[in-house]
Amino acid sequence: MLSFEPYGNPTYFALLGVALLPLMIGLLYGKRSRLYETLISIFFLVLTFGGPKWAQGVALIIYILYEVALTWGYAVYRKHQNSGPIFYLMVILAIAPLAIVKVTPAVENGQASLIGFLGISYLTFRAVQTMMETRDGTLKDYQVMTFLQFMLFFPTISSGPIDRYRRFEADYRSVPDRETYLGMVQKGIRYIFVGFLYKFILAYYFGTMLMPKLQLMAMHARGGFLDLSWPVLGYMYAYSADLFFDFAGYSLFAVGTSYIMGIATPMNFKQPWRSPNIKDFWNRWHITLSFWFRDFIYMRLVFWFMKHRIFKKPTTTANVTYIINMLVMGFWHGVTWYYITYGLFHGCALVINDTWLRYKKKHRASVPHNGFTQVFAIFLTANMVCFSFLIFSGLLDKLWFH
Amino acid sequence: MDIKQTVLDILNDLTGSDVSGAMDDNLFDSGLMDSMGSVQLLLQLQSQLGVNVPVSEFERSEWDTPNKIVAKVESLA
Repeated sequence: MLSFEPYGNPTYFALLGVALLPLMIGLLYGKRSRLYETLISIFFLVLTFGGPKWAQGVALIIYILYEVALTWGYAVYRKHQNSGPIFYLMVILAIAPLAIVKVTPAVENGQASLIGFLGISYLTFRAVQTMMETRDGTLKDYQVMTFLQFMLFFPTISSGPIDRYRRFEADYRSVPDRETYLGMVQKGIRYIFVGFLYKFILAYYFGTMLMPKLQLMAMHARGGFLDLSWPVLGYMYAYSADLFFDFAGYSLFAVGTSYIMGIATPMNFKQPWRSPNIKDFWNRWHITLSFWFRDFIYMRLVFWFMKHRIFKKPTTTANVTYIINMLVMGFWHGVTWYYITYGLFHGCALVINDTWLRYKKKHRASVPHNGFTQVFAIFLTANMVCFSFLIFSGLLDKLWFH
Repeated sequence: MDIKQTVLDILNDLTGSDVSGAMDDNLFDSGLMDSMGSVQLLLQLQSQLGVNVPVSEFERSEWDTPNKIVAKVESLA
């Protein structure tokens, strides 16, 4: 039986084109066929999770039923009551499968958990977000079928972008007018072609051609200070380029496909290498993830800390929350020393960045600001980010401990 | 009490600069506001005007200029 990585090869794209054609004609004539959309969703989900990967498919089905039960149950409960402990319990239950999947390799010598499947984190983010908005009363009419479509929307199921229930629902319940839709198709197709360039040419060059050679050279050049060498520096840049082009390319496919389906899934990258500081970087890199963390961890924690007056100064609140927020992000990537260090690094970077921005605001007259400082800021930020990706890559782990 | 004036006072206090002269400037782009500032704004609205806005209701694009914030608070008060 056929089995594919989403957007992995030309056959996948050919099938995608054929499957989307009737849907496009429908949308052009102002019709959205739920039945057809559901059928092609199931078709592509079977391609991704069926055949040799059937165990993942079973895990996905059980997981979805579990999350539907939780979010639906909570939505019904929330109509009548609103207790804090029940809400926290439900969130913990919703996160539990993901936590098990993330911790299992660390305690079972690298063995993957049986309940895991491609995209479990992204589905968990969507489910938890739906629950939090239900708690806030922002989301009032939870619909099981819409929730299922939202969770199982095949273009974004494996790695995002992470949409929001209410935004998705608004798109899904309506049909764009012809002019808007033609604009979306045009954009969608352009995104997919830029994606080809990113993923199949640039990421292939950096990731498949360059990185393995540099890694080999770096391993041979061990022995110096912290085993560092020029190839390690080369690896740092090649890895960063690969990470960006691979993920931005994938995201362009996912967003492009969504657009063609008349759903304006949010963009994941916005010229991240032009960021003048780390804070701005997180507004431009893996945007739907960092905004998820901003809205559902950072802001909610800050709100709670300030309401209960845990810290005297707002800046202390902000700093402590930055560290917690980025540490959680580190743990989410996986329970290894390098992912956690990566999170801590970015937490500290945000604290330092914020302190500097406050200083700059206070001493506006005496801090120079011109073309040169701007270029320097961008250069410094890009290199700090690349260094953090070197930690993230796990190469240091190989250099030092293997 | 005038809602607009109260909101402007809160914003002036939070951003450390007078925003009344630039009511349509994006506060996030200029770096005057950030997530921390947003939460402080929500808490101040709650304590000074009794306007309750849950964090998940805070869609940044709807709250990014002084004018938009005033309009939003007036619609909720």
